[in-house]
Amino acid sequence: MGFEFNKETFRDDFTFRNSARAIKRFPFPFPEDLYMYSVNMEPHVPGPEGSVFEHMFDVDEHYLAEMRDRALVLKEDPLRCQSLPHMTLAGWDLLELIMVSKARDYPHWFELHRNGNQWHWINRPMEIEQRFTFLDDSTLPHGPLEYIGRQTQGDLTLQDQRDNNLWMDAGMVTTQADWSLDFDVGMGFHEWHAPVPLAHQIGVFDRALKFLLNLQLGAPVRRFNWTMTIDPLLDTSPETYPKWGPSRTTLTPENLGRRMHLRVELQTLHRLPRSNAIVFPIRAYLIKFEELVTVPKWGRRLHRVVRDLHPDLAAYKGFLRNRDMMANWLSQYDDGKPTSPGWLADPE
Amino acid sequence: MSVGAPKFAVTVAEVVEVNALVKRFRFMRSDGGALPTFSGGAHIVVDMDDHGTRRLNPYSLMSDPADTSGYEISVRRDDQGRGGSLYMHRHVAAGHQMQIGHPVNLFPLDLRARKHVMIAGGIGITPFIAQMAQLAARGERFELHYSARTHALGAYMDDLAARHGSRVRLYLDDQGQALDLKGLLSNQALGTHLYVCGPKPMLNWVLSTARDMGWPDGAVHSEEFLAPPVGKPFDVQLAASGISFRVEGNQSLLEAIEKAGVEAPYLCRGGACGQCETDVLGCDGKILHNDHWLTDEQKAEGRKIMPCVSRFHGKTLVLDR
Repeated sequence: MGFEFNKETFRDDFTFRNSARAIKRFPFPFPEDLYMYSVNMEPHVPGPEGSVFEHMFDVDEHYLAEMRDRALVLKEDPLRCQSLPHMTLAGWDLLELIMVSKARDYPHWFELHRNGNQWHWINRPMEIEQRFTFLDDSTLPHGPLEYIGRQTQGDLTLQDQRDNNLWMDAGMVTTQADWSLDFDVGMGFHEWHAPVPLAHQIGVFDRALKFLLNLQLGAPVRRFNWTMTIDPLLDTSPETYPKWGPSRTTLTPENLGRRMHLRVELQTLHRLPRSNAIVFPIRAYLIKFEELVTVPKWGRRLHRVVRDLHPDLAAYKGFLRNRDMMANWLSQYDDGKPTSPGWLADPE
Repeated sequence: MSVGAPKFAVTVAEVVEVNALVKRFRFMRSDGGALPTFSGGAHIVVDMDDHGTRRLNPYSLMSDPADTSGYEISVRRDDQGRGGSLYMHRHVAAGHQMQIGHPVNLFPLDLRARKHVMIAGGIGITPFIAQMAQLAARGERFELHYSARTHALGAYMDDLAARHGSRVRLYLDDQGQALDLKGLLSNQALGTHLYVCGPKPMLNWVLSTARDMGWPDGAVHSEEFLAPPVGKPFDVQLAASGISFRVEGNQSLLEAIEKAGVEAPYLCRGGACGQCETDVLGCDGKILHNDHWLTDEQKAEGRKIMPCVSRFHGKTLVLDR
């Protein structure tokens, strides 16, 4: 694939960084200079070579470091992975989806050999080799969701579908933007979205739920979400808020370019075959402001988005306090020129 | 368009005459590939080219959901219907090339259930055959109560009794056998879920009895596909597309829209899933709502129509499509 896995951390000394290649393929989420919610879903079909959409599940240079970070989070707090008893089958569906996709898309890293229900899985980057019986929980070291979640970048939630609603009845959540699986597990679609401002009033969630209830096998969809994170911390959870919350008081114009990160979530949704559940992988990509402004169009546009964002949204995303400082810093990179539509960088 | 998933090109591998009314069809992918696993209760839409008329009919999958080598459906011949089942019975033989959609499940098992009680009437047995295969493989508790007019018309009765033993109870009308529904429902432990699929009177009987006996709505599940009814021809205008045309008596509004070259979303084509819901912009006449998706209030308002099964009687109907 032409890249090495980074040796880096998402805690303590925060050595996380993006290579030039990773900056170039960063999923910049703003197609225009102003941001507001929309039901911005599109088919999750393979995208351009090298892009984060090239494959069903993107594996990038941060893979090993993210998996090490996830293992540390789970060690401290096992409740980050939960599965209500009726969701085990959905966990197996998910394990199959990820193993089949990765073995197909990255054959030099992952292999899956199946003989009936006797499966043999090889994950070379993580040096894992596992023989197990598909659908037999006793043959894996963890339940199927936790087993595959420890080998997959991004959070995963599993939604059961019943009574014309979706219920978040299982998940593996360690790279979240300030929400808690332990709090949300078992909730319905409108319940877990209740804290989101403004979107309810414009009917976003009613339409999104209706769309998702009819999500079809073989037709996954995707959308972006985004927020801001100080320091490259994957695990910004309510449980650990005392550790990371105060960092927003320590931002200065001098350290902002290095410490402030745009956090983009590539969210996909897939219908699962046996359980009829829906899996919602939430893959977080981080980029430092100083990395982001090396792409002139992104620097211009992010300045305008941050400057003009509705204050309720800036507050919900946790950066109202620093918004003016961020906009000032970004304004150095905005010469006022018009930006082209879409999120792709201009050839400059 | 059915929300993006591509269709499968399949070959009919086998046609079996199950009884005087029912034939079973097995589809295998023409390219030799595997079909997706599915969940018991799912259906597929079969795409028929009936001598130039395109028919898209939903049928429940009855094969083992774990069997990815082929899918099986059973089709009951409807001599008064619009022609889909007659086409399947008369013209589809082994080797026939067709297209099918991805499985869609509008009648899923509730996997929280401690026990699953299934009540089937006639051809309504088919989704339960797949569900029982799935439950048996997982070691779950279930029982089936299956009624038919005669033993000869009770498709798969002997197979199911052989496969699932005492978990299958059969009732034959011509033998005067009848399910003691109240007795059955009063003897279930907490956490039991009830499923029913069959003719409308049976559905109504089971659903109303369960409700009267205090079963929670969330523990009672039913599936009823409506075949689009035959009716009188009517004219329709599509505002967004800027075209108008006539819907023939044996054609559904959805089929007429598709025939006019306009893409419209659908999943079940039987008035159940809500996917084809369409805004009514103008209506001088009466919409004949045949679906069970819209609420009674919505039907009375007349601002929405489900073109897969509903029709119109009057002067002008203008749709936002």
